[in-house]
Amino acid sequence: MNLSKLLASTVVGVSLLAGATVTNAGEITVVSWGGAYTKSQVEAYHKPWMAKTGNSIKSEDYNGGSAEIKAQVEAGNVTWDIVDVELSDAIRACDEGLLETIDASTLPDGADGTPAATDFIEGTLHDCAVANIVWSTIFAYDKGKFPTAGPTTMADFFNVEKFPGKRGLRKGAKVNLEFALIADGVLAKDVYGVLATPEGVDRAFKKLDTIKGDVVWWEAGAQPPQLLADGEVSMTTAYNGRIFNAVAGEGKAFEIVWDGQVWDLDLWVIPKGTKNKELAMDFLKFSTATERLAAQASYISYGPARKSSGSLVGKYHNKDIDMGPQMPTNPDNLKNAVQNDFNFWADNADQLNERFNAWLAG
Amino acid sequence: MDMSKFQKHHIAFAVACVIVLAITQHFAVLLGFIFLFGTPLFFMKELPPYATTVERIWQYLFLTICTFIFVFLITPIIIIIPLSFNAEPYFTFTDGMLSFESTAYSLRWYEDIFSNGMTNPDAVGSAWYSDMWNNAQWVRATRNSFFIAFFATIIATVLGTLAALGLSRPEMPYRGLITGLLISPMIVPLVITATGMFFFYSDIGLAKTFPGIILAHATLGIPFVIITVTATLSGFDRSLIRAAQSMGANGWTTFHKVIMPLIMPGMISGALFAFITSMDEVVAVIFLADVEQRTIPRQMFSGIREQISPTILAVATILVAISIALLTVLEMLRRRSERLRGLAPS
Amino acid sequence: MRILIDCRGKNMTSTTLDQGNTNADGVLLTSDGIPLKQKLVQTTKKARSRAFLLTLPLVLFLIISFVVPIGQMLFRSVHNPAGTNVLPNFAVAIKNWDGIGFPSEETFELFVKDMQIARKNREIGKTVGNLATRMNYAIPGSRSLFTSTSRKLSTITEGPYKEALFKIDKKWDNQIIWRNLKRVSSDYTIAFYLAALDHKYDDNGNIVAAEELYQIYVSNFFKTLRLSAIITFLCLIIAFPVSYLLSVLPLRTSNLLMILVLLPFWTSLLVRTTAWIAILQTQGVINDILVFIGLISDDGRIQMIYNQTGTIIAMVHILLPFMILPLFSVMKTIPVSYMRAARSMGATPFTAYRRVYFPLTLPGIAAGTLLVFILAIGYYITPALVGGEDGLLISNLIAYHIQKSLNWSLGAALGTILLVVVLVLYWLYNKLVGIDKLSFG
Repeated sequence: MNLSKLLASTVVGVSLLAGATVTNAGEITVVSWGGAYTKSQVEAYHKPWMAKTGNSIKSEDYNGGSAEIKAQVEAGNVTWDIVDVELSDAIRACDEGLLETIDASTLPDGADGTPAATDFIEGTLHDCAVANIVWSTIFAYDKGKFPTAGPTTMADFFNVEKFPGKRGLRKGAKVNLEFALIADGVLAKDVYGVLATPEGVDRAFKKLDTIKGDVVWWEAGAQPPQLLADGEVSMTTAYNGRIFNAVAGEGKAFEIVWDGQVWDLDLWVIPKGTKNKELAMDFLKFSTATERLAAQASYISYGPARKSSGSLVGKYHNKDIDMGPQMPTNPDNLKNAVQNDFNFWADNADQLNERFNAWLAG
Repeated sequence: MDMSKFQKHHIAFAVACVIVLAITQHFAVLLGFIFLFGTPLFFMKELPPYATTVERIWQYLFLTICTFIFVFLITPIIIIIPLSFNAEPYFTFTDGMLSFESTAYSLRWYEDIFSNGMTNPDAVGSAWYSDMWNNAQWVRATRNSFFIAFFATIIATVLGTLAALGLSRPEMPYRGLITGLLISPMIVPLVITATGMFFFYSDIGLAKTFPGIILAHATLGIPFVIITVTATLSGFDRSLIRAAQSMGANGWTTFHKVIMPLIMPGMISGALFAFITSMDEVVAVIFLADVEQRTIPRQMFSGIREQISPTILAVATILVAISIALLTVLEMLRRRSERLRGLAPS
Repeated sequence: MRILIDCRGKNMTSTTLDQGNTNADGVLLTSDGIPLKQKLVQTTKKARSRAFLLTLPLVLFLIISFVVPIGQMLFRSVHNPAGTNVLPNFAVAIKNWDGIGFPSEETFELFVKDMQIARKNREIGKTVGNLATRMNYAIPGSRSLFTSTSRKLSTITEGPYKEALFKIDKKWDNQIIWRNLKRVSSDYTIAFYLAALDHKYDDNGNIVAAEELYQIYVSNFFKTLRLSAIITFLCLIIAFPVSYLLSVLPLRTSNLLMILVLLPFWTSLLVRTTAWIAILQTQGVINDILVFIGLISDDGRIQMIYNQTGTIIAMVHILLPFMILPLFSVMKTIPVSYMRAARSMGATPFTAYRRVYFPLTLPGIAAGTLLVFILAIGYYITPALVGGEDGLLISNLIAYHIQKSLNWSLGAALGTILLVVVLVLYWLYNKLVGIDKLSFG
């Protein structure tokens, strides 16, 4: 047996196996939160953009946070071209110099001719980030578990005696502390004022204590609908669009409770040093245009970040469901709602997560 | 062994079976009972003839405990095999599966391995194949895994064997210290290794690249090569080297013609260990790899964390089949090695 | 004997030492006329360096791929240059401040000017955000003070800088901020080790314990040790009987049964973890069986996974082969005749076992126990997947800080502490068992 020949041919064979993927000039990697949300972006942004420009898109999922961006930028090896992030992460990453700056004046005008600067809802344009949607963390329950009188308020979520069953919560301090205070009777507008005091934090954790033994913790946005469907929990906090899609798309009997919702923005950011900056910017401008944002709203119940998109929002893409009432920004849903305070979380996330972890372990 | 005793405990067991069936009224439970508590009886005959009744009972208890432990060891690996053929998206046996209805079983999760991630799973012919080859997530992960494992194994085996040859020489200086260093990748917690590599490889531009992960996996595989090759060399008859040299062989010829064939089984089993280590490694991949380098375990990890589907069980079943194949190769090598070294066959 | 060979190896043709070769002093000479003693030293040296050279490529490889990365991580746990990177001139100036009252006006001027430069800087590691992040570890909640102030600082063009700064935000009128800035202005710090041990600097710069509600790491270290001990103990009592059985059964049978041990060992860790999820989850196999035979009701399904129980079960299963294999290899060397001899001399089975058999298995027990404990203490994957919130071990916290919270220095400090614990155990293992005794299947 000629060993070296065998070895050489095996090496060649295995090299072919991995087949160094040849990246053609026009390909960008778009990173988002996966599941139904990424799907809505693929339909509303990716496919039309690819059809229009002839470029291709590699879609990648992640679970939020700026760790990966930081690692790539610091390593000088940026493979993510454009990333969908939460506001507090966008601000922090921008402050640390991890993102390309974006000149808002280069964004296209609204379909009605309004300049981008005024067309975007206030607070959705930042130095390094452009918002695409308004989303919300709500809680939802399985109607099968509560056929007659289901929960209607945040306080009900924390009431395991009246509404028995396990609860699903996102693992982390953010949003959970807000929910706990609202359930404890704090008005939505006062939440961050109370949370800024040590007593307020104690109060929130005390409220969380009351259900600690009944909680199943989730981390990825796709998990809560799964937990409800599997019967692992009877109620869970979730991103509103995920629940809507489980109901509209898969016919699940889940109900959203809007009381005490905490809404937030998702924004596009471009990691600093990407080799495809031009293409990424082009994609960003394309996807945040009036029609594209409106189109996304027909696939998932997240509110467009442009005012001019509002009037174009119609029905769910393949069913007769009006999307308007499903949006976090719908006035009916905003009655007792909190906007996530990114400054509060940028300042306090480290410390509160530390305490949250200690609380979890204790 | 007298006949009466033999019958006595068999009769006792039969009575127990009847009682179990009467109480639970399930044949499935009875089968489980017979398996768990009947198997030990099968091994009872190994007892020495002077054993007392107390010893017999003790022996039976002991064997029952061992049966339970073996069941504990092997059940998790066996159980995923039928579950992976579930027609429903559940992780458990459906009623249909238990009553062996053919509709309750399907290959859909195996099909999903190929179709998941494809841009157009309905295409036919070569378009389907190239789509599957390039886009199906599990297929890509498999290619990456094999690619990384292959090169990591080569590096680990070559360097590891060389070092083992040095370590097993009686003249080796600082043997303890160096062995300690070479084995340490196995001992140092993976999170620490991966974190250190993440920082350092990022600095030198190796993070998020195939060479970076190959380097990491070679490092993690090295202790296994060292251990197995040194073990082979420890039983190595050094007078064979002298014999070769006395007949005029130079260093390379001695190595090539005498040492190499004899330590080959050790090398191959070391290589297999390095290979399986790389194929199974996920922590370093989590820290170091990008989506481009995503491997099978990494894909399983996010699958289990985020959207657990029986596709993972199908992949797991295939991996178990691979493990069985590797184990068989290893067993054959062990026998060959013993034969070559002139040890008594076992 | 050994030297003899090496001489021969060199000369290739010469066959033996010339026994009769001596010089005038009666010193033994080798065939090439060199005194034997000298030749001995030479050849030993050569053999030693030859053996060492064989290991050299791997040693160098490991130093680059493994030792340096870990060393660099250790360094990162004490080295955090955010302060000097962002405020280079200020960092030098504040070193001269005695910590009483406020720093001098000149220092304030340098602070403002450095901040103005940093505000425009988009270079990684030198932005205001980097300093803000670092300061936020020292004074939780201070991040926005830095980021928001930096946006307003461009208005300040001339002194007095101190007043101007206090006017932008009165929070600057606080000595604690400046004391912490002074501490942060040094590249080397033990602050992250303090944090990793649930301690911190108080407002006066003294080291004190962190508030109880924020203490997590020390208790987690102990939890990890406790959990590892439980797992090791369970592995030992489970492995002992099967190892014994395997060692006494006839070879044919024991080889067959050995497959049941080796197959899990060769099966992917993730496959086994997946399997345990399928078996243990509330809608899983065990709960289904229990409901099926009527032991529990459909509503009363038992939570066996995503908690400590799940972690222990899965980890015992995964680590069991590491206990069985060393135990088995030791037990196999204990002759059956020892026990028979003990019995024949009147020992009860228990005494024979306790006095004769058990002591002989101790090396195996030591090897297995230490190995399993070392591996358990650094486990990450299984606790992350089946641990839920109370199965989290120290490795998971390290990963959390590296991947989620981005407090890399704290992650590195925790990692270093864990590494020290493991290395001590490793050293102990080497002392008691010897690493060369390690073997697989």
